[in-house]
Amino acid sequence: MLKKLLPLILCLILCMSLCCCGYEYFELNLEGVYTREFEGTELNVYNWGEYISDGSEGCMDVNREFERLTGIKVNYTTFESNETMYSQLKNGGVSYDIIIPSDYMIARLKSENMLAKIDTASLSNYHYIDDSYKGLFFDETQEYTVPYNVGMVGIIYNSALIKEPEHSWKALWDKKYENMSLNFNNPRDGFMTAQKLLGYSVNSTNLDEWNEACELLKDGKDVLQSYVMDEIYGKLETGEAAIGPYYAGDYLVMYDVNEDLRFFYPEEGTNIFIDSVCIPKCVKNYEAAMLYINFLLEPDIALANAEYIGYASPHNAVINNPDYCYYQNEILYPNQEDMPYVEYYHDIPENVRMHYEDLWLDLKLY
Amino acid sequence: MNKKSFGSRVVAAPYIVWAAIFIIVPLLIMAYFAFTDANGVFSLENFTQIGRFKKAFGLSIFYAIIATIITLLLSYPMAYYMTKLKISSQRMIMMLIMLPMWMNFLIRTYSWITILANTGLINKFLDFLGIGRLQLINTPGAVILGMVYDFIPYMILPIYTAMSKIDNSLLEAASDLGSNSLSRIRRVIMPLSLPGVISGITMVFVPSVSTFYISQKLGGNKDMLIGDAIEYLFNTGPHYYNIASTLSLILMILILICTLIMNRFSDDEEAVVV
Repeated sequence: MLKKLLPLILCLILCMSLCCCGYEYFELNLEGVYTREFEGTELNVYNWGEYISDGSEGCMDVNREFERLTGIKVNYTTFESNETMYSQLKNGGVSYDIIIPSDYMIARLKSENMLAKIDTASLSNYHYIDDSYKGLFFDETQEYTVPYNVGMVGIIYNSALIKEPEHSWKALWDKKYENMSLNFNNPRDGFMTAQKLLGYSVNSTNLDEWNEACELLKDGKDVLQSYVMDEIYGKLETGEAAIGPYYAGDYLVMYDVNEDLRFFYPEEGTNIFIDSVCIPKCVKNYEAAMLYINFLLEPDIALANAEYIGYASPHNAVINNPDYCYYQNEILYPNQEDMPYVEYYHDIPENVRMHYEDLWLDLKLY
Repeated sequence: MNKKSFGSRVVAAPYIVWAAIFIIVPLLIMAYFAFTDANGVFSLENFTQIGRFKKAFGLSIFYAIIATIITLLLSYPMAYYMTKLKISSQRMIMMLIMLPMWMNFLIRTYSWITILANTGLINKFLDFLGIGRLQLINTPGAVILGMVYDFIPYMILPIYTAMSKIDNSLLEAASDLGSNSLSRIRRVIMPLSLPGVISGITMVFVPSVSTFYISQKLGGNKDMLIGDAIEYLFNTGPHYYNIASTLSLILMILILICTLIMNRFSDDEEAVVV
């Protein structure tokens, strides 16, 4: 009898140890008011991967804190690129209450009438957002977005494996780093590296410039080790690859793991982006979504997120908090004179977009 | 059994409904997209674009053929060896073969990265021995290895099943009539296990040729296989659904042709039906 029960008991023990590896809730100083009137409802949040403080390694689990506070169940799913998020949303059949896309994708969603308005006046913590991030090109009237994170793209390299390269995008084409360099695995960022090297705008509507950038990328394909997105973490941290472009905030997270990593902004200029919280038109639980946005704007929560994600924050209570682990960090918050030349991605005309999507396919099929 | 009773129809009904909704309807939708343009108008324009994908098609078919040959060469002797063991050992080995399949194939593929990487297990060991590193990951070999590893159970199991069904008295008869062990394998076991081999080849070739992800993770993500191309197109946006459906349709037709050719080799009743 015991022999038969033993596996069952072992299974139970395993399950319990998996479920109950205790998360301790934080003591939060909340400024907003959070009612429990939406208790039992669900909130579908669609965000970038690794883009919220998730309770790992003793940090705050923002979604669980929100669930405990309001009784609303958060269904949190992630995407790897703006384009994936867009096609999920466009296909229909999904329902999200909160999405966190980047600037140019917001412009596109807005122009296709896929976003619901956000009444910022009813968000008690909205005043924390720095004015310099309000009213930007993708939401001039500031009615659809609440800025979440700001980032710039630069090049990360492993100083233990290679000497400091010239501060240029050229490094990604350099034969010295054959089989050691990485590039983005999404068309917009991938093309950006070539466009900047060629001195073109990332928002060019001249198809010839895109073709030229594609030729340049094809030239570099043999030198590259691979095209990556978040896999770049492991590849740079372990020394699997020596150099690759990524977002400044991610560099800081990688640096915590491998202190040989270094970072620079290429002199030709780079891309800046703002990811903002939006509510899509397909929202089912608008009130709960508004509560969630206000919760994300709580100084305590914004700080936990900023420290976990490592991107620059548009939140004044975070930026000016001396206890913030990236307080006055020169990579995230460069001085005026160290600020690289930056360009936002804009939503570009459909024919250009389809052209570069096609070119990217050609690059991969080449 | 041509006469179907009412009862057997009722029993089969749930699956027939299931098949209609999740197999037939999607196929029709795919065919619809394949033969229309973005505005839903009938068009053969998608088929004119196929030339762009010839490298992807070529690589997919080439890798799949190599992977299938390797799995066959590994599986056939293994299956033969298994049938010679005690029943309990056979069960044990069967379970070991099935064991990796309890894990999601994406995770199994991902774990090969940590083995093959430049700083992975194998290269660390080679470093330790002072031999120096080998380029293992981001090579066609790594992609084929991934396919072999992921799909080998689909080859061993049908061959093993076919072989274990061979009546021992046939083998005894062959010996009595003067066959040595080699000619027994060649004249008795091989022909009788052929249906299993055919089924195994189909079940390894089909997923290999249409696979994605393996090449992205183990092949450096630089050259697309046809599965990767279809994935990219579907992920990029609705304006690519038509061409992606055309590619899927062509891939299906290719697979169907291969299956038909394979079935011709075995005129046995147990020929595979896909």
